[in-house]
Amino acid sequence: MSILVYIEHAEGKVKKTSLEAVSFANALSAKTGQGDVVAVALGTIADSELAAVGKAGASKVLHASDDRLTAGVIQAHASAVAQAFEKVGAKTVVLAKSSLGDAVAARLAIKINAGLVSNVVELPDTSSGYKVKRSIFTGKAFAETEVTTENKILAIKKNAVDLKTDGADATVEQLTVSLSDADFASKITATERATGEVLLPEADIVVSGGRGLKGPENWGMIEDLAKTLGAATGCSKPVSDIGWRPHHEHVGQTGVKVAPSLYIAIGISGAIQHLAGVNSSKCIVVINKDPEAPFFKAADYGIVGDAFEVVPKLNEALKAEL
Amino acid sequence: MNILVCITHVPDTTSKIQFTDNNTKFDSTGVQFIIGPYDDYALARAVELRDQTGGKLTVLNVGLAESDPTLRKALAIGADQAIRVNSEPKDSFFVAKQIAHYAKEGGYDLILMGRESIDFNGGMVHGMVGELLGMPSFSPVMKLDVEGTTVKMAREIEGGKEMLEASLPLIAGCQEPIAEWKIPNMRGIMSARTKPLNVVEPVSDETQAVASQYQLPPAKGAVKLVDKDHVEELVKLLKNEAKVL
Repeated sequence: MSILVYIEHAEGKVKKTSLEAVSFANALSAKTGQGDVVAVALGTIADSELAAVGKAGASKVLHASDDRLTAGVIQAHASAVAQAFEKVGAKTVVLAKSSLGDAVAARLAIKINAGLVSNVVELPDTSSGYKVKRSIFTGKAFAETEVTTENKILAIKKNAVDLKTDGADATVEQLTVSLSDADFASKITATERATGEVLLPEADIVVSGGRGLKGPENWGMIEDLAKTLGAATGCSKPVSDIGWRPHHEHVGQTGVKVAPSLYIAIGISGAIQHLAGVNSSKCIVVINKDPEAPFFKAADYGIVGDAFEVVPKLNEALKAEL
Repeated sequence: MNILVCITHVPDTTSKIQFTDNNTKFDSTGVQFIIGPYDDYALARAVELRDQTGGKLTVLNVGLAESDPTLRKALAIGADQAIRVNSEPKDSFFVAKQIAHYAKEGGYDLILMGRESIDFNGGMVHGMVGELLGMPSFSPVMKLDVEGTTVKMAREIEGGKEMLEASLPLIAGCQEPIAEWKIPNMRGIMSARTKPLNVVEPVSDETQAVASQYQLPPAKGAVKLVDKDHVEELVKLLKNEAKVL
């Protein structure tokens, strides 16, 4: 009885968050003796790239290479994954939480009559029943959720398990799926994606700026610091509301929720709505000239000082060290 | 165009989150409840679309009587009528089943809701309703325009957005900046009192994944401050103590 992992790819590469999902499934299989881990990939991507998914713990990758699936058409992906699920006779689907993953998982849950748990933060407790710990209230609490269906879908949050990298290459098998016109009833007419940058929701390090930076022309030092760290850039809600930065950089309750290893907040006071978007970070650094800024209460490390003075110095110190 | 907007009745974003009864229940003492912020965006866009094309705008909530003020507020913002499915929202599947049933009965052209509730953050209900009704579903949608029966949308993806086209009827989970939140005016508040709010019973009791036990994250230790003239200290701490570099 296999565990099926829905993996996503962009620009010819399997997403790191999907590799984490494979590692999660591998650990789940080891814990429950639930059989091997089979990944399913949709659309055009090199088989050599898919074979490398084995390193994260999959033994096989099913590849439906139909090019119409390359763009993430939600209905079509849900149908294709449901067919892969039937084919391998799986009982559990694991996937990484993402824009497309969430949309596909919800439809898939109905198609395969599976209980779906999202924002999963650790392996399920199967000692009695099937209990899954998930993050709720935007990271402010956790809930133990009892799944009572035979089929299950787990949408995992970033950093739920360590990434496995020591597995053997997976075998790649072609998967033929039958898709109807209805599956492609919606059309993706254009995609605007920041390329070559580290994407905020998936980043290991995030550098964010707030109103304390005084204007969009001062973002150069944020970008320089991010470049030194290989980090993604983010911002607070007021900053994206006034249009200093694009909306997809807004971190917070109603924006992107991040879970990096390191979050550096510069000139952000730390309103509760912003904290809700960053409270899953492993380590938080706050740089603010106001020692009373509420963000310091949520931080691991802090510097009280003027960002325009501290940030360039910090960048130099990091360059010297890294 | 007939539009259905599904709203959640959730603790205000600034609420202190606490649990009671041996961590099996949310502690609502002193907590103010609001329309889910994402649902509020969906509602605001729906009001604009209704005003533009005519038709009727219905709001629906799955909840107990304490949701009524939240539904009245949605009526004050501009919805024409409200439906409350009289039950606790037990899990996403349960809620999706109720919405699918009453949405089918109402024959709506467009169903909008927030991308996710801000209490359980599942973000699944729109997709489940879509699959139950055989309608396409999209989320998180940050722009939605209707031209005849064609709907043009922008959906947020990691690091950007994709532009989509689909036909009515469809379902969208919404987020900012799809519309500006609307604040009810006095006329809206007065007229909301007499608009219909129908209480209906749940059509199915089935659940699949119910939360039973809650937990707060461990308390954070005090912040370690580094002198602004010795930023290299911070680099050392991040490297050797926090081990995040």
